[in-house]
Amino acid sequence: MKHALPALIVALAALLGVALAAALLDLPPHAVRLPGDVAANLAASGVAHPITAVLLNFRGYDTLLEIAVLLLALFGVLALVKPHAATPAVPAHPLLQTLAKLLAPLMVLVAGYLLWVGAIAPGGAFQAGAVLAAAGVLLRLAGLLPAWAAPGLLLRAGLALGLLVFVAVAVAVLGHATLLTYPPALAGGLILLIEAALTLSIGLTLAALYLASTEVRP
Amino acid sequence: MNAALAFDLLLIAALVWSAARALTVADLFRGVVLFIVFGLLMALAWARLGAPDIALAEAAIGAGLTGALLLDAVGHLRAKRAPDA
Repeated sequence: MKHALPALIVALAALLGVALAAALLDLPPHAVRLPGDVAANLAASGVAHPITAVLLNFRGYDTLLEIAVLLLALFGVLALVKPHAATPAVPAHPLLQTLAKLLAPLMVLVAGYLLWVGAIAPGGAFQAGAVLAAAGVLLRLAGLLPAWAAPGLLLRAGLALGLLVFVAVAVAVLGHATLLTYPPALAGGLILLIEAALTLSIGLTLAALYLASTEVRP
Repeated sequence: MNAALAFDLLLIAALVWSAARALTVADLFRGVVLFIVFGLLMALAWARLGAPDIALAEAAIGAGLTGALLLDAVGHLRAKRAPDA
């Protein structure tokens, strides 16, 4: 009886796997030629890397909603955290502290590089933000950052900046054409502006998911 | 059999093994470590499939940050259980 539920889950997962495999075999070959379409319109997207062009230009709407979902997830975590339960940082081993102090500036540099290189090669706001967040988590583990229970005004502004800048750009280009259709001449600059704001907000949000979860309401 | 195919087969075997172990192992801490191993192997698989963007995201978010969050959760569970034991 104890193993009935896991067995059921495994059976259902296996069924899903078989269904997915069947659907994959049933797929018509090359129903749509998206890579070709992307390559044909890449020159007008403002960036030279196809993935960034899709994420920030052709399918910018998806990325906009993704950022909103990430912010909502953080709201959920903050709602679970006890108010004013910020715990002071516990000093860690000096070796770890020194390592964190050496690595943190390097990680910020790597994040900046990933953000910039996203226009021409693999990289972009999510990866850069994740590296920033990892730097935050490392500093927390080394006892150099306190846990945040109630983010201050500046922190809240940083968390919301990505979504706000994205929505502001989306509204600003509404007069030009439809939602998130950038004028080709400005596309490169607008994408860099959005990605820079996104990097900061994603980094803060992902780090906050970790830093805020230290004290949870019983 | 050439070296690339052998590497891919080894990678697939390691992926399935780490996924199965992460789900079935009794100790939570071991499960989390196996999950992180799975995430890193998955990033390698994405890189092999020619999707470096997804590989970067998987390594940074899937293995790194999710792993840190899960390790933190395991620590909390242990701290909560310790007084009862």
